[in-house]
Amino acid sequence: MKKIKVLFLTLIITFSFAKILKADEDLNNKIYKNLRCLVCQGQSIADSNSDFAQTIKSVVKDQTKNGMKEDEIYSFLSEKYGDWILYKPPLKNKSYILWALPYIFFIIGAFIIFFILKKTIKIRKY
Amino acid sequence: MRKIKLISILIFIFFIIITFSMGLKKEKVYDTIDVVGKPISEISLNLFNENNTLNTNELRKNKFTLINFWASWCAPCRKEHKNLLFLKKNGDIKILGVNFKDKKSNANKFINDLGNPFYLIALDEDGKKSVSFGVYGIPETILINQDLVVVKKYIGAIDKKDVKEILKIVGKK
Repeated sequence: MKKIKVLFLTLIITFSFAKILKADEDLNNKIYKNLRCLVCQGQSIADSNSDFAQTIKSVVKDQTKNGMKEDEIYSFLSEKYGDWILYKPPLKNKSYILWALPYIFFIIGAFIIFFILKKTIKIRKY
Repeated sequence: MRKIKLISILIFIFFIIITFSMGLKKEKVYDTIDVVGKPISEISLNLFNENNTLNTNELRKNKFTLINFWASWCAPCRKEHKNLLFLKKNGDIKILGVNFKDKKSNANKFINDLGNPFYLIALDEDGKKSVSFGVYGIPETILINQDLVVVKKYIGAIDKKDVKEILKIVGKK
């Protein structure tokens, strides 16, 4: 009975440890994908094997290990390299229009479709 | 009604053309504009050939500090070296060299062969410390003032034009 208990406990510890490691790895991969490789053509840090990408991967790994949050890592790197390193630029005064444009177009498009449909239905009625 | 429709379609097409042409014209390369005017991080660097460390806070003692990232394996570093020696000789400026991902013996040979423009040489064996300075390749050079704020950042080898600019900034010409 004691042996089974020990085995069960060992299994639980191993699985929880593996899960923590997997979570860290997933977070790291997510961050790599959101970072632009500055020395490559259209590649993210995740896709690149360049020296720069390897260094950034190593720095991100250290920072997640030290408990830094995803947003903190992005802001650290954007402070050092500018927003250009981020694939998803943060919401700033300069980029308000950029973020709002898709929604504005969506609303305008919805209005256009609404009026066209309204008119078509009216014509069909008469 | 038909006229309004036509005008709206034309405006829309015009807007799309302008947006795309602006997007195509925009240079998609890394720019140092976001880094200039910001202070460098406070970090400790191991010193080369010495059992000591340098905290970047200590650079406040200097009116201006030129931080140069170099390695013996980097060909452009060799090319810019004479310009750094010139700056050391002619400018009221301290040059801190950061030896980047290099072998100590090769770095020592490089300095012995070409001369030493640096008042201190720090080590960055794995390149991680250089990330705190926003370095993405070498050679790179950062000019900071007494408040540790980046005044200018040079990507690539420093040329005569850059030397003139640095001397102008530090008030020598």
